[in-house]
Order: sequence, then C-alpha cells, then structure tokens
Amino acid sequence: MNAKVELQWVTVCSASDLLPNLGVCARVGNKQVAIFKIAEQGKTSLYAIDNHDPFSDANVLSRGIVGDLKGRNVVASPIYKHHFDLATGECLEDDVKIPVYQVRENGGQVELFLG
Amino acid sequence: MVGQKFLAQLAESDQAAAFEVTTFCEEPRPAYDRVYLSAYFSGKTAEDLSLVPPGFFESNNINLRLNDKAVNIDRAAKKVITANGESLPYDKLVLATGSYPFVPPIPGKDRPECLVYRTIEDLEAIKATAAKSRVGVVVGGGLLGLEAAKALKDLGLETHVVEFAPRLMAVQVDEGGGKLLRSMIEEMGVKVHTGKNTQKIEDGTNTTLKMCFADGSELETDLILFSAGIRPRDELAKIAGIAMGERGGITVNNFCQTSDPDIFAIGECALWNGRIFGLVAPGYQMAQVAVDAITGKLESEFKGADMSTKLKLMGVDVASIGDAHGTTKGAQSYSFVDEVNKVYKKIVVSNDNKYLLGAVLVGEAENYGTLLQMMLNNIELPEFPDMLILPQRDGAAAPAMGVDKLPDSAQICSCNNVTKGQLCCSVQSGVTELGALKAATKAGTSCGGCTALVGQVMNAELAKLGIEVKKDLCEHFPYSRQELYHIVRVNGIRSFEELVAKFGKGKGCDICKPTTASILASCWNDYILKTEHAGLQDTNDYFLANMQKDGTYSVVPRVPGGEITPDGLIAIGAVAKKFDLYTKITGGQRIDLFGAQVHELPLIWKELIDAGFESGHAYGKSLRTVKSCVGSTWCRYGMLDSVGMAIVLEKRYRGLRSPHKLKMAVSGCTRECAEAQSKDVGVIATEKGWNLYLCGNGGMKPRHADLFASDLDDATLIQYIDRFMMFYVKTADRLQRTSVWMDNLEGGLKYLKDVIINDSLGIGAELEAQMQHLVDTYQCEWKSTVEDAEKLKRFRHFVNSDEKDSNVVFVKERGQIRPATQEEKRIQLVAV
Repeated sequence: MNAKVELQWVTVCSASDLLPNLGVCARVGNKQVAIFKIAEQGKTSLYAIDNHDPFSDANVLSRGIVGDLKGRNVVASPIYKHHFDLATGECLEDDVKIPVYQVRENGGQVELFLG
Repeated sequence: MVGQKFLAQLAESDQAAAFEVTTFCEEPRPAYDRVYLSAYFSGKTAEDLSLVPPGFFESNNINLRLNDKAVNIDRAAKKVITANGESLPYDKLVLATGSYPFVPPIPGKDRPECLVYRTIEDLEAIKATAAKSRVGVVVGGGLLGLEAAKALKDLGLETHVVEFAPRLMAVQVDEGGGKLLRSMIEEMGVKVHTGKNTQKIEDGTNTTLKMCFADGSELETDLILFSAGIRPRDELAKIAGIAMGERGGITVNNFCQTSDPDIFAIGECALWNGRIFGLVAPGYQMAQVAVDAITGKLESEFKGADMSTKLKLMGVDVASIGDAHGTTKGAQSYSFVDEVNKVYKKIVVSNDNKYLLGAVLVGEAENYGTLLQMMLNNIELPEFPDMLILPQRDGAAAPAMGVDKLPDSAQICSCNNVTKGQLCCSVQSGVTELGALKAATKAGTSCGGCTALVGQVMNAELAKLGIEVKKDLCEHFPYSRQELYHIVRVNGIRSFEELVAKFGKGKGCDICKPTTASILASCWNDYILKTEHAGLQDTNDYFLANMQKDGTYSVVPRVPGGEITPDGLIAIGAVAKKFDLYTKITGGQRIDLFGAQVHELPLIWKELIDAGFESGHAYGKSLRTVKSCVGSTWCRYGMLDSVGMAIVLEKRYRGLRSPHKLKMAVSGCTRECAEAQSKDVGVIATEKGWNLYLCGNGGMKPRHADLFASDLDDATLIQYIDRFMMFYVKTADRLQRTSVWMDNLEGGLKYLKDVIINDSLGIGAELEAQMQHLVDTYQCEWKSTVEDAEKLKRFRHFVNSDEKDSNVVFVKERGQIRPATQEEKRIQLVAV
C-alpha cells in the first residue's frame, strides 16, 4: 500500500459510522487514526488521536472507553489503562504525548486533516 | 540489664540533670546481654555483648563502681555501706540486683566440675572445664537448661539433660509438647533423662564424676552444669529489713516501691503481687516505672506482664502463650500432634469457647504472633477454633479476620515488611489517600499484591479516627458500587446517561462505565451490546472476546462442566485450523483460541454457534467455568454425578455479571479432583449429599473455601448458591472477590450463614426471585450478535477499509502461531 498522504482534508467515513462515546479507527495512508464522537452539553464533538498505544505497542486506542477526568476528555487504553487527553494527546499518567489530528464533520462526512 | 535500662531511661528523662547517680557493679564489667550469653561460645566477645554505649557513664555523669558491692543499707541515715566499709548517702535507692542460679543442696555440688550458667565468668569456667571433659550434664530441662545443653554440645561434649520433672520445659510446655520437644532434642544427639532426682555427686569410674539418682540409677560425667531455676538476689534488702516474700523476693507495689518508700526494686529481684518476672521485657517495664516514680510521673504503673515466650531452642521453635496449662476454671483445649513432621500445637480456650486463654507450640511457631494478639486483645475466636492450629481442615482455610481484628503487628506488606501498626500510624499522622499511604510506607509498592488490604486497613483506621471514608467509585459518582446497585434497582434506572444525570456528574470514565454496565446487566439482564450500553463496556465485553497484548483477541466457547463430545472437539479444531488460531487447553476445562482479529470474530462465532457452541463469557466479570471431575458415572470412588451437577450449575449461572469473575467446581468425592475448595463456589459429593464450600480463590492470594453447609440435596444446594451469588452481586465492591467480600462482612462466615441458611434478613425469597429472573432471561451474546447485521458492522479494524492491522504479525512456534516480538517485526519489515 503506497497511498499518498493528502495535505488537505480527507474524507474517511460517514458521520453515521460514528456512535456517541465510541471510537473507530480510520486508515489514512499508513497512519491509523482513532476518531471519537463525544456527546457533551446536548451536542457532539469529534476528536482524533493516533490509534497507537505507546505502552503496549498495539493499535488499539479506538477501542478504549472514553470519558472525562478532572474536566479533560480522555480515552483509556484497553491494554494497560493509560489515559490520553483527546484534545492534546497527553498521557495523564506518564510524560508521553501521542499525535492528535484535526477532524470535522462536513456534509454528513467525517474529514481528517493530517497536515 | 534491668539496672542499665533504668540508668538509660533516667538519662533520657527531662529531669536527668536533677540527679547525681552512682551505680554498683560487682562484676568486672558493666551490663551485658545475658539473653544472648550463649553467643559468647560462638565467638562473641564481652564487648560485643555489652549493653552500654561507649562513653555512656561519662557523658551522663554517672559514677560507675565496678568490682564493688553494696553490703548494707543504713535506712535511718539513708546511706549505702560498701564492701570496703565506705558509706554513700542517697535520696532514692534502686535495687536491681537480679537473680542467681539455684543450685540444689546436693552433697558434692561444690566440686570444681560443678558449674552454673549466668555470667561471662561462668562461661569462661565452663569452657575451661569442658576442655578436659568428655561428658557433660545439665541439671534442669527448662529454657536456660536447654540453652546450656546446646552450649555443651557445641563445645563437643557428650551431652545429657537431667530434669526432676517428668518432662522438659515443664513451666511453659504441657505433656504433649514436652514429649515432642524431647524427641526432637534427642534426635540432635542430646540424651534426656526426666523424672530424675539427684541424690549425690561422687567420684566417677571412667569419668571425673558420677551422679546418683533417687531411683538407684547413675550417670557418669566430667562436668555438671546447674540450671535448675533462679532465685532473687535479695540479701541486701533482707539485711536492711525491707519487706520480703515468704520464699524470697523484694516485695514491691505498682510503682516498684519497696516497703521503704525511698527504696525501689526492679527486675528479677522484685516480687510483684507474689510473682517474680524472670524475663527481660517485664524487667524493662519496671525500670521505666521506677524512673517515672522517681521523677514524679506517678501515672505510670507496673501492672504485671505477659509471660508468653517464643524462642528457638537447639533449632526447635518453642512458644508458650498465656495459660499454657489450662489452669483457668472451665478452660478447654484443642491439640494437634504431627509426629511425622514434628509439630505439636495446643490452644486453651475459655469455658464458652469464645476466647483464647493460652497456647503451646512446639516444632512450628509461625502463628505465635496471631495467637498472642488474640489472647492479649480478647479477640473472639472463629467458629471452629481448632482451625487456628490445624494445618488444614477439610476445605477450610486458616480463619481470616476482618482487618480491624488484625493485630498491629500483623505484616501487611511482606515485600517491604510493613505492619498494620505502621500503616495506622501513617494514617493517624494525616495520610488519608491510598497513593500517599503507599508512598509514605512503601507498602504495596513492590509486588502490589497487598494493595487491596492496605486500602482496607486505611479505611478501617480512617473510620476509627472518625474521618469520613471516601467510598466514591470515581470522580463521577459519590457512591460505592453497592450503593449504585441499590440506586439502579430502586429507581429502575436503565442507562448510564440516566444514572450519571441523576446521581453523578461529568461524562464518566473507564471505572464507572463498566461498573454501571455490570450493574445494569445483573439488575435487568439487557443485551449488553444494546447501542446505549455499548460505550460502557471494556473492549473485552464490547467485542465479546479477550484482548491480548498485541490487540488481537482470544475466543473461548462454553464447555459446561468440561464435558465435550468428539464432534464438539472436532468442530473447535476445525474452526481453529481454518482461522489459524493458537489453541490451548485452559485451567477451567475448556479450549482457548488465540490470535483472532476483530473482523474474524463474527466469522469464528458463526461457525462455533452452528456447531452448537455458545459464548463462554471468558471476557466478562461473570461466571467462568464450573470445573468437574468425572464423578460417579465412571469413577469407582465417585459418590454422586459431579459432571451432571456441574453442567446444571454452569447452565444456570452462565452469563451472570458480577463484581469480579467467578469460578465454581464440583467434585464427586472427597478426593476432590476438581479442586472445588479453590473456587468461589465449591461443591463436593458425600455419601449423604453435597457439601457446599464458599469464597475460595486461586490467583494472587490463594484462599481455601470455607465449608458452608453439609449433606445438601440438589434443590437446597441450588437455593443456597442462588442466594449467595445474588447477595454477593448486590453488595460487593467493584473487583472485590467473594473471599474479600465475606471477610469484610461484619460477622464473616457466621453472618453469611445466617443470611443464607437462616434467612436472617428475610431476603431469601427476593434473592432467589432475582436470580431466577436472570436465569430466565439469559441469552447467548454471541448468538444475538451474529444475528444482528447492524452490530456486525463494528467488527472491523478500520472504519474505512477492509485491510487488517499491519502491526499484527505472527510467527510460528511449536507448530502454532504466536505474536512476533518487536525485533522479529522489524526484521520482517526489512525483508518485505
């Protein structure tokens, strides 16, 4: 697979593929991106972070449980339960930061900007 | 020793400067450790044994008079007369003259080869005499006598112990213990002669001496060491006309004051309440009391001391606690003798079987600490007190105590040797959070196995201090799991959103979401993958499989009771082969299939379901397996059909969501091949029915299950298990195993029996009805899933591609796949 990474917004799936407070994993080129739809205050927001859990070296973050800790939206890795801030990629338990990506819903489609 | 302790305590007191102190010492050196006197033979020097820190007398301005002896007291003039006629004035006088070895008045006792064992000079004499001796005899089979016998043995002598009483250590140990002790000591090559009354000591034929006993027998020896007890050194008090006990000892009150208020007596010369305390610890207590009395702190009193002892005599553990001989009125005892492994244990309990009065342990004294704490603190005994000394009872473990019953000295963290007392101290000093407590004490920071226990100790201590214990599940709910369960049931709550909106705050987290999912499942038994519950599940529950380290999953079909047809085996094998899965037989008598990727799960399950299998719930906090032995159907020893019962139980409770995973087993006879006693619910067939064992577990902290009820018929067995499981599901904490849950119920096993057998809370019928509802509404989650096209959508790695996760790489080992290591992945990538 040798798909070129577009330096622009890329459509990855339909908005209906996302369920509230659950994640999916999208493949863009060789990257795996975990996208989450979080329901807050009557509306929903999208977050996108790398799918790779640096502690287990497994591509699993899209399958973690989401929630909030001390006001930060987080996902818990299903392997060793580290929490990652969905907005910044920071790990709450360790001095580690994973990549975050821009994500938006546009005309019923979910789009990523990988820059 | 006690005198030195007094000096040290006085020097430390805030009024040290107010006293001008003189101390007499008839020996040529200041105080040394007599408890470890025998170490002198193994190379320790007098300096090593010294109890006096260098410069102690000088820096504390204490006038030390070595080789000097006080011979009289002029109480009227308040002066002490020394051996060379000097007289020294005093305001307060402390007698810490100790004791001397008692030598029975036997003709010949003054021969030069007759020695005692008390001072360093005595030891030097023993050494010198032993050098020209072949045989040595110790007169006295008590604690010190055996210590002395070891010394003679170590000096290379043929060693005998001669005891007047019919057994060794007659004061501390009873007949049974004495018998075992004797056999162990004789095994080490020391000859023991009990019931021997020495009449005279004469010249020997082949040896220097000969002992003649009352029964006409004789014993030839070169050396005799008297260790027949101690007598108080009270001659000074006697001369000075101070009140004495009938059989010696200087009478003192609770302040260690003699009949002369300005004269105190402490240690082995003092007689308190008609008793002499021949151990060092009570002597040290007296020293402190005397210092307090002299410095005006009269609230401090000596009120007797516990004479329990534990020691290693010639390598044999010997312990004696409290009323070892059962002399208390109405006392009863339990004893255990193991002549094979050389263990003797006895406990003496009160008339009502409720409290421990005393104990004797020989050969193994591991639970000395627990027993001592139980006796000292009047802790109520477990229902079967014999469990305290039996190595194992049929199915029952050593009784567990709730944490508040544990003594302060109980070691909680064995990696870092942290006791309950240390944890409590830390909590008292203001550490109120588990993380901080672990950091402060190091408890639970190595293997982590004790963390739950550390938490319980902390909570118990906080409660004791009146500090509110935060049982909050997490930052989103100010409730415990038990409270949330009740909230859900009472308010008929059906979703996490409703629960968090009404009773919590925020969006939830990976603690409260799965907990809520479990509660909702055990209250209402809804399909756990309903869209509104899906986001609450751990990935294992979400994908109905067990995630492994590389992000792939393993699959376990249910094999009730471990019974499987050849076709079933072939079907599982065919599926494993088709999807190239690693297969392994589990400890729960089923087959685990590893290496399935998300998109393969429904395909695998479609085939398994078609072959008649259903979900094994290996992924859930739920009933795992009911293990069984083959039972009466095939086994010539089997009493009942254990496989049949296991299948009934497994089918009844399959899918039940609980605070922690649950395991069960059924054995067809007491040979217990199914290891039922290591399970949460264990059932063992007997001639008269089923025996039910509860709250065992394997894992990190293995625990045998407790025998809960005996000789049950099928219906009663299931009724009890229904009630037990439902009561546990409703009241346990998150991730709390049945054993911990029961230990934390006030009243423990007894209370649980009351609730379940006697229905003391009147909830038996309700528990059964709730369980029946769960049984009736069971559905195989995998069956529901593979029938639902919408649900199947989630089983793919990428939302936008049918590709597999390229990071999942397998290599072959022993004919099967396994995850590649990082190194192997790197090499493969390069190769590609």
